[in-house]
Amino acid sequence: MATKDIVLDHVSIRFGNYTAVDNAHLVIKGGEFFSFLGPSGCGKTTLLRCISGFNDPTEGRVLIGTQDMKGIGPNKRPTALIFQNLALFPLMSVAENIAFPLEVRGVGRKDRRKRADELLDMIALPGVGDKKVHELSGGQRQRVAIARALAVEPDILLLDEPLSALDLKLRHHMRTELRAIQQRVGLTFIYITHDQGEALTMSDRVAVMNKGVIEQVDHPETIYNRPKTSFVASFVGESNAISGKVATQSGKLVEVETPLGRLKGIAAGGRTYKTGDECYMFIRPEQLVLAENHENAITAQWIKEEFEGNARHMFLEAGDVQLRLSKVNSGQSQETPSGGTVPLGFAAEQAMVLPHGELAGA
Amino acid sequence: MNRGTGGGFIAIGFSLLFFTFLFGPLIIMVITAFNSSSFPRITPWECFTTDWFGVLFGNDRLMTGLLNSLVIAIGVVAIAVPIGLAGALALSELGPKLRATLYTVLITPILIPGVVLGISTIVFWGALGRSVGADYGTFFYNGMFLTLAGQVTFISAYAMLVFLARLQRFDPLLTEAALDLGATPGQAFRKILLPFLGPAIGSAAFLTFLASFENYNTTVFTILSGNTFTTALASKVRHGTDPSLSALAVIIIGITLIGAIVHEAYARRQAAIRSGTAQRSRIYGNPVLKTLVHPLTVFAILAGAAGFAAWQGSQYDSNACEAQILEEKRAIQQQLLEEQRKRMQEQRQQQTAPTTAPETPGQASPSPFGGAFKPGTLSPGSDAEPSGDAPKSNSPFGGAFKPGALGPSGEPAQETPKNGSGFGSAFKPGSLKPE
Ligand SMILES: Nc1ncnc2c1ncn2[C@@H]1O[C@H](COP(=O)(O)OP(=O)(O)O)[C@@H](O)[C@H]1O
Ligand SMILES: [Mg+2]
Repeated sequence: MATKDIVLDHVSIRFGNYTAVDNAHLVIKGGEFFSFLGPSGCGKTTLLRCISGFNDPTEGRVLIGTQDMKGIGPNKRPTALIFQNLALFPLMSVAENIAFPLEVRGVGRKDRRKRADELLDMIALPGVGDKKVHELSGGQRQRVAIARALAVEPDILLLDEPLSALDLKLRHHMRTELRAIQQRVGLTFIYITHDQGEALTMSDRVAVMNKGVIEQVDHPETIYNRPKTSFVASFVGESNAISGKVATQSGKLVEVETPLGRLKGIAAGGRTYKTGDECYMFIRPEQLVLAENHENAITAQWIKEEFEGNARHMFLEAGDVQLRLSKVNSGQSQETPSGGTVPLGFAAEQAMVLPHGELAGA
Repeated sequence: MNRGTGGGFIAIGFSLLFFTFLFGPLIIMVITAFNSSSFPRITPWECFTTDWFGVLFGNDRLMTGLLNSLVIAIGVVAIAVPIGLAGALALSELGPKLRATLYTVLITPILIPGVVLGISTIVFWGALGRSVGADYGTFFYNGMFLTLAGQVTFISAYAMLVFLARLQRFDPLLTEAALDLGATPGQAFRKILLPFLGPAIGSAAFLTFLASFENYNTTVFTILSGNTFTTALASKVRHGTDPSLSALAVIIIGITLIGAIVHEAYARRQAAIRSGTAQRSRIYGNPVLKTLVHPLTVFAILAGAAGFAAWQGSQYDSNACEAQILEEKRAIQQQLLEEQRKRMQEQRQQQTAPTTAPETPGQASPSPFGGAFKPGTLSPGSDAEPSGDAPKSNSPFGGAFKPGALGPSGEPAQETPKNGSGFGSAFKPGSLKPE
């Protein structure tokens, strides 16, 4: 159905001196579920509003298909935006909300109602058409907002953190639901979130943003396993970051001089380092193990342990470096340390060496 | 009352005092409207009467003023509400700096005294009229037009404040959502913003109507030689008040009460519908009760009751009672006089006891007053004429107790037809003095 690509051609958006989006350059393929992931304030909404036509790029172009969108208002674009707060019309009934796009296009009352009922069936909410918006639950409102956006028959659906207001259970449920709706209608979904879980589970591709800059665009697995920057490595998933200086590199294997001793890791993305380059070593908590005489051996001080049901997390300290070790809960009671010094290790294969850069949440 | 917080008698007493303070004047005013006494008061109670309503409606000046006021108020609503809306919309679209400036400009007319606005309106339009060579027949010198113009200048600002308050609660994202869904800016305004502002338009219309209707400071200047309700009322009060003003208060209070009750019925119904508990509630779930508390039913019932009361009132004739009261007053008067006479006799006896014996009062005449209390009978050296014709006099006591009638000097009696007091000038200070 929708095959139009969206092209962001060197798009920058500035508010005065402040650059909210810095030189975004990527192609979103027609029919794709594409997510922008980044901490709050990194310019995601701004970029989305630019695609839907509420603000113009300061530099660069936005193309939908082959058409430059410059000067085309939001009501003329083949996009539909689902706002962060949904922006359902409080004075209208559910059916009137959904039929609003048809109403403004001059579709007759009867046809409007019929289409609204069809869409309500599609989002699995038959028979709520005459209710008022406030009578619905959060998840139902969510789906009504989607139905309303779909009533326009857009080529592209833009979603701005649509799940952030829901509780955890519902959020997980709606992830599956959204993905299912997207596959059913075959539209391009551009999805914005600060929740990496959402981005990773639903998307075909994810763009990770930081301070207006798109740091990496890749498939979710690649983003998680092979982050390209320190920021992506630290923002997506948990990571232990150990800063240091490159000592030697032979092929992919890099030795790094750290406050915890000389440690071995892999140069991410086949990068070459010079001796003395500032770098970070990233080790996922689940890849840190309790072991002695490992190829990368660390001795750390036990601080505390947290039990999270499916996993237990151990918090440790080695010198100034905070470390975190996660173990899947196998159901059997395990001997775990509860104080004193603990010997740790990790495989060089699983440690990524990335150039020094900004860390998420730092 | 909560005893724990020191409630009890003190709290109840305080509440009573508070409500007396609030409503006492209103209640007294309402009662005076139905007392036949020609001065608004509740004691002495004379007769229940509805005549004062007739007197009120018979007052041409007040009725023309009322019509003028209504015309002006409707005009003000029609002009001030759109202007206020436009101002509020402009303010909500502007950046913070311009916004503050424009806000000050738009709000200034409220801060300027109404008197100044009134005078400057006349001066401004007069100057404008002169500059285009208009004569006195044109609207530049028309009181109705000037009043409209003068009131709009500051009443639009009221309307604007109402709209601003409502707009602050509006989520501009809703307009964006409408645009995104394909609405033109015009459609977004009509279908999203305007319905949201609906209640505010209602309140603004109500507020501007009242503000215009009750305005005096500005209107008293701009209406020129004409009259509005307020100016007519003011000049009436200045020339002496009578219970027809109380009757007016009764009407206004009645309208207000009906309005308030209907509004309350409406608000409760809305709340029940909005909360979605309508079906389950005892009142709104029951079809009979539901229709009974519907605002329209409530209005119909109250308006019907008021109409019936008015009709009943218009049928009521208090003449018989008033005649009786007159009779009673005469009786009391007679008694008072009797006492008076006795006291005077005693006084005189004290004064003249050693020399002359008091004269006995004359025989009663067939008329209750007539010549019965001829001045001469009471005052030793008097040669005053008999008093005037009692029944024809405005005062129930006619000239029977004309000043001086009891005085020894026997001054010529004055007629007291204009005096509203039931006792005429009979008890003027000095009239009882023996010398
Ligand atoms: N209209 C605007 N004027 C000025 N600054 C803005 C405007 N819109 C957004 N910004 C700024 O741009 C930055 C990015 O905002 P936004 O795109 O909403 O972030 P996100 O959606 O990723 O949380 C923020 O620092 C915000 O203050
Ligand atoms: Mg945002």
